[in-house]
Amino acid sequence: MADAHEGLAPVRARVLVKPKAGILDPQGQAVERALPALGFSGVRNVHVGRLIELDVEDPARLPEMCQRLLTNPLIEDYEIVEADGVNGAGSHPA
Amino acid sequence: MKFGVIRFPGSCDDVDALLACRRVGEAVILWHADRDLQDVDCVVVPGGFSYGDYLRVGAIARFAPVMEEVAEFAHAGGLVLGICNGFQVLCEAGLLPGALLPNTSLRFIFRQVELEVVTQSSPFTGRCDPDQQLSIPVKHTTGRYYAPDDQLARMEAAEQVLLRYAPGQNPNGSLNDIAGVCNEQRNVFGLMPHPEHAVDPLTGPTGGLPIFESIRAHVTDGALV
Repeated sequence: MADAHEGLAPVRARVLVKPKAGILDPQGQAVERALPALGFSGVRNVHVGRLIELDVEDPARLPEMCQRLLTNPLIEDYEIVEADGVNGAGSHPA
Repeated sequence: MKFGVIRFPGSCDDVDALLACRRVGEAVILWHADRDLQDVDCVVVPGGFSYGDYLRVGAIARFAPVMEEVAEFAHAGGLVLGICNGFQVLCEAGLLPGALLPNTSLRFIFRQVELEVVTQSSPFTGRCDPDQQLSIPVKHTTGRYYAPDDQLARMEAAEQVLLRYAPGQNPNGSLNDIAGVCNEQRNVFGLMPHPEHAVDPLTGPTGGLPIFESIRAHVTDGALV
């Protein structure tokens, strides 16, 4: 499609990706076990994910980018954060 | 019959796959940027680290030009075999159900495993003996097969699980000890173990051969699924 947003100032966005709730997350578990060893007690529900930063001219297309490439909706949940705050979250439409 | 083995930037088991295929038929390399499948009867998506496995394993390779053709080929009923990284690519491409997650140990594993052939009713296991165990090596960091409960139940009911790790041998924490699954139409098969590394008695057990022989039998003898 002809890009109506061409020339607009891009928006800085962050996509936060984490393992889908309920799926075993051995990385999170390993971190959770390591913290008490350093004296940090009282930490629970640790999950390790991925941060993707991008400048995007049309932020409305971010959810589609997340669904089609940036995440695998079968195994990951994501949250889109734009420079001005939380903009949306997504998960597999189960 | 003719096999085509895809070569992505970062593939590393393509030559072993090529040589394994040549034990039972002809085989050519298919370059990732080409769209010509060269009239092959079976496409092999080999192991390795396609496109560096950036973002997620297999996530970028699915957009390679050759994969568009492979998807069309698969939808038309063509045989597709995905090994290790190839399995991951086929899952990311939606040609196989489910996904591969990091091993529960978080470690790279490299060992010989015994596999149970769950069913002979597929182009990829038709020449295996009933209750045969295949001795094949695994080598991966991201091999824990996962599918949502309801999908997994449907797959089990439809006998889409073709190979399981023998009891006590699951190296990665995969659900239901799954080592390899096929699609509903049974013409696309992915597995984490490497049958192409187990075809020559010079280097060890030959548990991988029956997979390639099954494919050849299916194509040349018209063996029924």
